Amino acid sequence: MNETIDYKKVTERIAEKFGAKVHSPEEPYGMLTLRTDKDSIIPLLQFLRDDEAMQFIFLTDVCAVHFPDKAEKFEVVYHIHSLMHNLRVRIKVALSGEPKIPTAVNVFKGANWMERETYDFYGVIFEGHPNLKRILNVDEMTIFPMRKEYPLEDNTRIDKDDKMFGRINVNREN
Amino acid sequence: MSKQDHIKHSADSLEKETITLNIGPTHPATHGVFQNIVEIDGERIVSGDSTIGYIHRAFEKIAEHRPFYQVTPLTDRLNYCSSPINNMGWHMTVEKLLGVQVPKRAQYLRVIIMELARIADHIVCNSVIGVDTGALTGFTYVFQWREKIYEIWEEVCGARLTTNIGRVGGMERDFNEIAFKKLEEFLRDFPKGWKEFENLLVRNRIFMDRTQTVPTTPEFALQYGFTGPNLRATGVDYDVRVMSPYSSYEDFEFNIPVGTKGDTYDRFMVRNQEIWESLKIIRQALDKLPAGPYHADAPQFYLPPKAEVYNNMEALIYHFKIVMGEIDAPKGEVYHSVEGGNGELGFYLISDGGRAAYRLHFRRPCFIYYQAFTEMVKGCLLSDAIVAMSSMNIIAGELDA
Repeated sequence: MNETIDYKKVTERIAEKFGAKVHSPEEPYGMLTLRTDKDSIIPLLQFLRDDEAMQFIFLTDVCAVHFPDKAEKFEVVYHIHSLMHNLRVRIKVALSGEPKIPTAVNVFKGANWMERETYDFYGVIFEGHPNLKRILNVDEMTIFPMRKEYPLEDNTRIDKDDKMFGRINVNREN
Repeated sequence: MSKQDHIKHSADSLEKETITLNIGPTHPATHGVFQNIVEIDGERIVSGDSTIGYIHRAFEKIAEHRPFYQVTPLTDRLNYCSSPINNMGWHMTVEKLLGVQVPKRAQYLRVIIMELARIADHIVCNSVIGVDTGALTGFTYVFQWREKIYEIWEEVCGARLTTNIGRVGGMERDFNEIAFKKLEEFLRDFPKGWKEFENLLVRNRIFMDRTQTVPTTPEFALQYGFTGPNLRATGVDYDVRVMSPYSSYEDFEFNIPVGTKGDTYDRFMVRNQEIWESLKIIRQALDKLPAGPYHADAPQFYLPPKAEVYNNMEALIYHFKIVMGEIDAPKGEVYHSVEGGNGELGFYLISDGGRAAYRLHFRRPCFIYYQAFTEMVKGCLLSDAIVAMSSMNIIAGELDA
């Protein structure tokens, strides 16, 4: 218990247990970032949570990112935190095809609404989730609005006339 | 909720049937727009469900289409009881991405603003717990202090509630004489006012009986991702200001108050105590306030002073580029969190090298811990659940983003 744990040790311990299933460790801006696949994510979270030495007992955040140009279009990102050693780890899971991933609710109860939010905005299906339905948007909505193909403003609206204001999109075309 | 087959009546149930009750969307007890549907057996809650999203404003989507400085006003509208903390958190996230080092003076000024915001946030929350238990007096006494804090912010940035305070790279201007004077007055007079409020409630028998209810355990709180005073009330001393200090918090001496039972009273007391700690931090920051510039030397991201814009070609160019959002940010991804009024407020920012965020996710503390509410109040009295709800400091703006 007195052992100090740093990112190097965390990576080693994970490699010992999961081998090549957890790969490409990076440390952008000082946070260890690991990648894994959707079959290993739940055992990995469970292992990190229950491991006596590391104790990543706190799930900080779950969210998704959409990359329409990549083969693996969706990425689900988990941020977990070991309060004991004050270490944060980011775990990414890239999803190809229809975005489906097992739920983390059984590991961290707090994942419930975070996963619902991710589903609501990106359409990522969390398999085994007890109550996977929309949370912030209306139930009747048919799209997943945070996906990149949906523009910020509804193009079908005719009550907005931008030509007087020259409003242009600063980021990218759409 | 209409099907009642799943409900088991307890042996001592007098009613033998349950009633479905809507608390919200617009109900005085919710202090914001969200709904709780509870199934009650007499006065006891059997089960419940929360519906949120009534004021969802698509901030994350908007943020993908706006230059960084235009995201600051969006963060104002998350936890609008302490918007400066959100603003600063966002600035610090962008600074981390850009690698901008903010001068000490700006960091101290930010600490002063953030701690004032924490006090304002806790004043609202704690006095409203009083209101929900039927003690309106304390609320009417302490709201003038929030007003005083707003006056200080007004001196610093010109706004009161949705402040848009500070800039990426520092503060937009230094504190003026009047701001310092008002700060000193606040530090002199507020402790007396807050003491008066504490005298009304802290050892008040009726208040204690009403609030020593709905306890939570540390295990429960950690499982559900509690942060801030709600987590500390259960006895876990997790505070972002200490665990991962930002904006020079490591320079100050302060304590992290924790509770033991995690009930409504503990949440109230932790906030009370945090106000005293915040005052200590502000005092130290004022005493140790270093001289020097109040913003970083980052011409690409920090607006030049107006006089320069009119007289200096480079300044004019930068001014134009910044205002039009024509500056590319470096590629990268950062997670930065600050201790907000009600918990760990995180910003997860992915930049693809473009002019706006590729993806920005707000880790909104009350969105994450509010999901535990219906679980917490199961088996409690309806009136206790109402007080527990206000003691959790749920801000609808933050809940719905």
